[in-house]
Amino acid sequence: MKKQTEAFVSVALIAALLIVLFVLERVIPSTSMLFTVLKKGAIYALVAVSMNLLNGFTGLFSLGQAGFMLVGAYTYGVLTIPVDQRANVYMYYDGGLIQFALHPILAIVIAGIIAGIFAYLIGLPVLRLKSDYLAIATLGFAEIIRAVFQWDKLGPLTNGSNLLRNYPSYKSVLFYFAASGVCIALIVLLINSTYGRAFKAIRDDEVAAEAMGINLAHHKRIAFVVSSFFAGVSGALLAMYQTSIQASMFKSAMTYEILLIVVIGGIGSITGSCISSFLFIILSEWLLRFLDSELVIGGFKVPLLRSGFRKVVFSIIIMIIVLFFRQGIMGTKEFSVRGIYNRITGKGRKAQKGGAADE
Amino acid sequence: MDWLSKNLPYLMAGISVGGQYALIAIGYTMVYGILRLINFAHGDIFMVAGLVMVYASTVMPVYLAIPLVLVVTVVIGFVVERVAYKPLRSAPRMSVMISAIGVSYLLQNLALYVTGGLAQQYPAIPWISDTITVFGVTTKRVTVITPPLVIVLVAALVMLIQKTKIGMAMRAASKDFETSQLMGIRINSVISMTFIIGSFLAAVGSLLFFSNYTGVTPTVGAMPGLKAFVAAVFGGIGSIPGAVIGAFIIGISENIIKGLGWTTFSDAFTFALLIVVLIFKPTGLFGEAANDKV
Repeated sequence: MKKQTEAFVSVALIAALLIVLFVLERVIPSTSMLFTVLKKGAIYALVAVSMNLLNGFTGLFSLGQAGFMLVGAYTYGVLTIPVDQRANVYMYYDGGLIQFALHPILAIVIAGIIAGIFAYLIGLPVLRLKSDYLAIATLGFAEIIRAVFQWDKLGPLTNGSNLLRNYPSYKSVLFYFAASGVCIALIVLLINSTYGRAFKAIRDDEVAAEAMGINLAHHKRIAFVVSSFFAGVSGALLAMYQTSIQASMFKSAMTYEILLIVVIGGIGSITGSCISSFLFIILSEWLLRFLDSELVIGGFKVPLLRSGFRKVVFSIIIMIIVLFFRQGIMGTKEFSVRGIYNRITGKGRKAQKGGAADE
Repeated sequence: MDWLSKNLPYLMAGISVGGQYALIAIGYTMVYGILRLINFAHGDIFMVAGLVMVYASTVMPVYLAIPLVLVVTVVIGFVVERVAYKPLRSAPRMSVMISAIGVSYLLQNLALYVTGGLAQQYPAIPWISDTITVFGVTTKRVTVITPPLVIVLVAALVMLIQKTKIGMAMRAASKDFETSQLMGIRINSVISMTFIIGSFLAAVGSLLFFSNYTGVTPTVGAMPGLKAFVAAVFGGIGSIPGAVIGAFIIGISENIIKGLGWTTFSDAFTFALLIVVLIFKPTGLFGEAANDKV
């Protein structure tokens, strides 16, 4: 298959997906669970890909994603609450410090930039650390960010530990897909650039990469800042989706969930992360929900079913994947038009056997 | 004297909490010493010990409930290792760490399911939870008991590691995992023993910790767990006296910061300390320098 045809088919598929969503929105009532999970899935896909950029492609085991999402979400909320609503939202802080409101799209970009700045500053000390120490330090910083944002003295800016709400948000599921799709496309471009190759070299062997002339500190910092930028953007999208936010949401459990999504999708596979975030959200928010309510079949009450059981079943499924299917859904492969084409026509088998990934 | 009477409560609380962190930190440091694994689930095992006590004390007297808590916690620690870490013995370190995070997620969700998300009232243990007055400061007896108890337990543990055969095997395994296997050490039983000791101490720690803090929620283990890990790193990972000293330092500084009215930053301080230690002395107070082979 020619490269041009491949690009054409890919674009056509994406367009078809957007059209299907557009039509669905007109047909199915907007309160349907379908749209809720699609929106959340798109947001989680973005943050999972951003985490994969660090953990899967650069080999930096970072657990700070929830912290950067929090920064993004708060930036978005703080900058977009309409001026006439501020007195109401910041009722304990005399209407708050900021007395202007930005356009939501601009605020989303700024949310990413602020998260990136935080990442740059945090990265200065933290990126010197290796593997599991890096994990603990980033996890620690995420907790520090959460504590600081809830600090009473910062109340005029962050509203302390109270909710941020009444900010504008887009209702259409198309917006979430478009925003998250554009961001993921940018990450893919980065990974396919010379920077991306340097990231992979660092992942595979730091010493060898350094010997080849790759500036370790510089590249690690870029990966960390870019990943946090997109985590910030996804935080802003999450704020939009939830219509109200509070710092206490962004616990380390959130980072764990994102990490598990990345693992299920396959560490080092962008499409894997996307597929698994939709699976994760659809399963946990929708399909397994029946486990949470009591069920009586013909006078027989099914045991164990009650609130919270869904999460238990879900975590057991995750453990099984972590233990027995360590490659995840995609391993390090990517889902692509060419791959499917080759699969159907039987072409390129030989190349695959030779160890080449079907990109 | 006025200064002392004002700050003594914080200092005492700090020493007490420090002792409780120390008991958790030993579990981290021993596991890390042998497996090079941050056992993210350790804090949750500590939480489960608290929950077991809550439920056990409703059906049986306390003097039966306490041994039961110790036994159940040890069994959980053992099972977690066998099920979630042993199959990954030859896998990359990242996989094992992810598995540990998975276990932590599972234990938290299980606790959420069992408790229904409500904070559970921790039972008052007679004698330990009694209120007493020391130097004019009113406190619970557990505050005073913790430091000597920790010292006794640590002394016993150091004896075990220095004088017994299994202790020798542990030292060998933490020095060089593969060679000790070749020397005929049954590595799996050594690792199981490590988890058993770690969980036992975490259970003791949870008895002391929750006697002071009364409420058990599914995520209550996360913070003390992380702090204990920081203590272990601070003291030099793999070193038991280091972990204990690190835990006392963290417990005391945290409470002094609380006493100064900076409660928001008492958690942040711990991580700031971690980063400072890792940058300036990555091996901690008593750790041995590790050289990367190329």
